[in-house]
Amino acid sequence: MGEVTAPTLARTLYAKIWDDHIVAAKDGGMDLIWIDRHLVHEVSSPQAFEALREAGRGVRRADLTLAVADHNVPTTDRNRPIAEPESAAQVSLLASNCAAFGIEHLGMRHPDQGIVHVIGPEQGFTLPGAILVCGDSHTATHGALGALAFGIGTSEIEHVLATQTLLLRRSKSMLVRIDGTLGFGVCAKDVALAVVGALGAGGGNGFVIEYAGQVVRDMSIEARMTLCNMAIEAGARSGLVAPDAKTVAYVRGRPRAPSGADWDDAVACWATLSTDPDAVYDRTLILDGAQIAPLVTWGTSPEHVAAIDAPVPDPEAMADPVKAAAARRALEYMDLAPGIAIDGISIENVFIGSCTNSRIEDLRAAAEVARGRKVAATVHQALVVPGSGAVKRQAEAEGLDRIFIDAGFEWREPGCSMCLGMNPDKVPPGERCASTSNRNFVGRQGPGARTHLLSPAMAAAAAICGRITDVRRLEPVA
Amino acid sequence: MKAFTTLTGVAIPFGHANVDTDIIMPSRWLKKTSRYGLGPGAFEAIRTDPANVFDSERNRGAPILIAGANFGCGSSREHAAWAIADLGIRAIIAPDFADIFAGNAFKNGILLIALPQVAIDQLLDAATREDITIDLQNHTVTTASGIRFAFSTDPFRRDCLLRGLDEIALTLADGDALDCYEQWMTTNRGWRARQGLRG
Repeated sequence: MGEVTAPTLARTLYAKIWDDHIVAAKDGGMDLIWIDRHLVHEVSSPQAFEALREAGRGVRRADLTLAVADHNVPTTDRNRPIAEPESAAQVSLLASNCAAFGIEHLGMRHPDQGIVHVIGPEQGFTLPGAILVCGDSHTATHGALGALAFGIGTSEIEHVLATQTLLLRRSKSMLVRIDGTLGFGVCAKDVALAVVGALGAGGGNGFVIEYAGQVVRDMSIEARMTLCNMAIEAGARSGLVAPDAKTVAYVRGRPRAPSGADWDDAVACWATLSTDPDAVYDRTLILDGAQIAPLVTWGTSPEHVAAIDAPVPDPEAMADPVKAAAARRALEYMDLAPGIAIDGISIENVFIGSCTNSRIEDLRAAAEVARGRKVAATVHQALVVPGSGAVKRQAEAEGLDRIFIDAGFEWREPGCSMCLGMNPDKVPPGERCASTSNRNFVGRQGPGARTHLLSPAMAAAAAICGRITDVRRLEPVA
Repeated sequence: MKAFTTLTGVAIPFGHANVDTDIIMPSRWLKKTSRYGLGPGAFEAIRTDPANVFDSERNRGAPILIAGANFGCGSSREHAAWAIADLGIRAIIAPDFADIFAGNAFKNGILLIALPQVAIDQLLDAATREDITIDLQNHTVTTASGIRFAFSTDPFRRDCLLRGLDEIALTLADGDALDCYEQWMTTNRGWRARQGLRG
């Protein structure tokens, strides 16, 4: 049990959090690690609860566990039952499992229901210096607050439920430093995509990323969530940012955040949570923020990313035969020819939402572009799906819903929605979608769907123009 | 967990880099609430092609898969590991694996073997004709014609696989350490030892 306040060796932020959570050091370099917070959703948990029952095991710390239904929930009228029988069954199974094991559950009609990675920070459930897990690969989102947060599989969910620990090996550490300042029209999503592009989809395997540098310091907490969210798209199970005054201000007063003497202790502890000056990372990547343009993906891996003003790359010009083969398959699936301009690719669907980009600042950025404009007639569906009930209420208080509706967008109820289409929100086969989500995998948004990942402002601009367009060059509203 | 010592059989020469878990197990299959019977959905989009590598007479039910770099990237869905196990696959050989998938595979008794791309290329070729033998005790992959590669594995995972250990039972045997940590934390890290529930 290392004391955070008295380091004997120069340590990274990651090492400090890790050391503070070691329950027991095991043979062969494994550590039994305490888990402070566990988020549960309906898709990855049923088999874990089933296994607990089969083994006659209980939940050790139900009070540190919070469940919410997000993947399967419809984003239309919440007063009607879920039409799809398997989705309805999965959502109702979460409710009954939580009731049986004494876990708090925010059901589909709860006012604070939302995407698991939006409600964790929003509720003050996520804390700097804590270890948080969830059966979902985008759990790194919570690293924006300086939590060590990572996605786990169902067997690990079962392990956490039964023991409130995980048996883990320490990861390697990587510093991703983004220097300078971002240009006009460039935001956290572009930085996230730039990092994935630079590292490649597997470049972060085995690493925990710490994001630092002027660009990250200048980011809001929500922008840091967007950045950390996509660590997994580079293979890193976890991404985090050292807590600062913005972090403390963000957490203060949230419903589940510490209060009284606990709050004072917490703030004192969080002040020690930065990488020591002499600490050594296993790898360092440095990017210049000023060189990052609005980015768009052209292929079927998040590493298939290019600047809005660049052409679709030519696989024949790629030196690595494995990458060239993957690019060829990707362009065939995407029905794109090498060399064509990305700016101008027509789209039929727009999705503004997901755990990457469904918070209030994302909706404000998209609404800023949508204000006074109309969605192009060639666009079949343009969805705006807030990340939580709280985000939705805030947006409506600011009149963002009216801006979207007046422009021809659909204003929906919170959930994962078209990011992975487990609910009825899907991209039809062969159609293209400008999407603020995190994955452009084959079939991700529906069988045969073609996804282009981009920022909320770029997605709104694509909706207005009916094609991917450079938001920086959008004509002003007359 | 089913113990793993040696395995000999047909290897499916799949290849392909960055195969994500959406490819291995599309999201519509995630609505299933059992870990069994997911095999029919494994690699569903690829298997719509009648000439696919998984359903040929030779490869159907094969116990070994040879894949490309960063296999299992993306979503944390353990359904991907369950589906692969349901196909009958007990070992996957690739240049490297995504972290979460690697954990999920291990917990379902699937051995992952990382070998350099040049070795993978040789195995992809050999697998079209020859059986492959994996020996976990001696850390070798051998083709029927005698091409041999040595590999290394995480010592903890190897031990669990060889002995078929249940990880939760191992952790619960550490109950005293758990109680001790929890007590220390409640006193010294009260801010994270409990939720601050307001209103």
